[in-house]
Amino acid sequence: MAETKTIAPQEGMGVRFWNWLTETQVWKSVFRHDRPDSDRNRVLVMLSNVFLHLHPVRIRKSGVKLRYTWCMGGLSFFLFLVLTFTGLLLMFYYRPTLEYAYTDIVGLREHVPLGIMREMHRWGAHAMVITVWLHMFRVFMTGSYKPPREFNWSVGVIMLVLTLLLSFTGYLLPWDQLAIWAITVGTNMARATPFLGHEGPGAALLKLGDIPLVHSADDARFALLGGTFVGEGALLRFYVLHCVGFPLAIAVLMAVHFWRVRKDGGISGPM
Amino acid sequence: MADETKPEQPSTPVVGAATATPPAAHAAKPAPPRPPAAPIPDLAGKTTSAASAGGAAAKATTPAPAKAATRAADDESPLLNRRQWMGLAWGAFSAASVAALAATGRFMFPNVLNEPPQQFKIGLPSEYGMGVDERFKDKYGIWIIRTPDDMAQHVSGFYILISTCTHLGCTPNYLSAESKFKCPCHGSGFRLTGINFEGPAPRPLERARVVLADDGQILVDKGKHYQYELGQWLDPEAFLKV
Repeated sequence: MAETKTIAPQEGMGVRFWNWLTETQVWKSVFRHDRPDSDRNRVLVMLSNVFLHLHPVRIRKSGVKLRYTWCMGGLSFFLFLVLTFTGLLLMFYYRPTLEYAYTDIVGLREHVPLGIMREMHRWGAHAMVITVWLHMFRVFMTGSYKPPREFNWSVGVIMLVLTLLLSFTGYLLPWDQLAIWAITVGTNMARATPFLGHEGPGAALLKLGDIPLVHSADDARFALLGGTFVGEGALLRFYVLHCVGFPLAIAVLMAVHFWRVRKDGGISGPM
Repeated sequence: MADETKPEQPSTPVVGAATATPPAAHAAKPAPPRPPAAPIPDLAGKTTSAASAGGAAAKATTPAPAKAATRAADDESPLLNRRQWMGLAWGAFSAASVAALAATGRFMFPNVLNEPPQQFKIGLPSEYGMGVDERFKDKYGIWIIRTPDDMAQHVSGFYILISTCTHLGCTPNYLSAESKFKCPCHGSGFRLTGINFEGPAPRPLERARVVLADDGQILVDKGKHYQYELGQWLDPEAFLKV
């Protein structure tokens, strides 16, 4: 007649709290899946999250093998996020004017609490250029540019150029001797462009009668600098390009690049 | 006879001429129901009277061209068909986009520059002695050199050297003890005449246009450069004879 009823031992406080928390309405409205204890729920974790949904639900074992992938692409993306965040913090204290640029950079180290943002940004930028080159090298060595991945390689090359342009435009912003002369030398090359540069071949041919169409105040170098020499126009232009223009472009291309990795068969797949 | 059973066909070429609609495409569709006996005046040219198919065509021909200009568009025969309208819309959008792109390009060339003026006066000739004068090097980026015998024009007077190294654009320093201009960036060296003699500079320093202003002051115009290697130092405005 007696029915033996087993009473399970009560779970610990942490487990009980967690069980309660994950049953609240707030939690359930944010995370619309159960705990990932079944394959279905593990899939739902990826599919119901906008940040994770670009992840494949499964990857091959070779995809986590460091000797195969070097993880340089992922490191480049991570460094890009670090640079974006530190760059954003720098923008709270840096003014891109002739009067303030240099002293604000010094101030970011001397007067701002936790004054290593400038250093982190600069080191991160150097590191990102290195990881991007290593990533390109790895992709080449594993033949991951061959069909169907040729388009993604081209997207990656454009992203390499954008990374270098980001470095170039950011280099001017401290407005010290190193910056001014490096950008002077770099942009002086633009004036030697054929037809588009006022000292390049063909520029003298482009004129309406006596009026030159391409001169020192009207050529590619002038559009780049917003002036005839590296001055306040160049500083503001490079600041806008560095903080908004090129990051937007490279973010769009990153979306394309990651999407194509997924669609072309996943990372580190067999040839 | 066959024409009378398909009354649409003789009329549609007339209508087609007026509206340029492709009539053949709609021949497959069943003809829209219309009272054959009473041709409605504002559908002139589209009458389906079976009795006078040929006559309708003849009658329709004369009023139709006259009415074509004033015929109102309707659902059956619009002024523009769907294809034309889409073409017009996309064409307008493309044209607007190209114009916006051109405007953005023009936007990048500022009309006003906050830069030092290209033309400026530097004082009377009597205020300068022989040799190199650096008083306006920081402000205007020039050296003023007075010489008793210019190497290019063989007269005494003034010439203006632009203080930009011809290698990669740094500002050289004047070393009076060694009578030369020496660039700190990569070591290019220039004589007092501007001729390059050491370092990576590929060509001499450039001279600026220099004339005498109405009030007797020396007027320098950096808007015009003269290069020795192009023979331009022989230009009369590259040197101020005093």
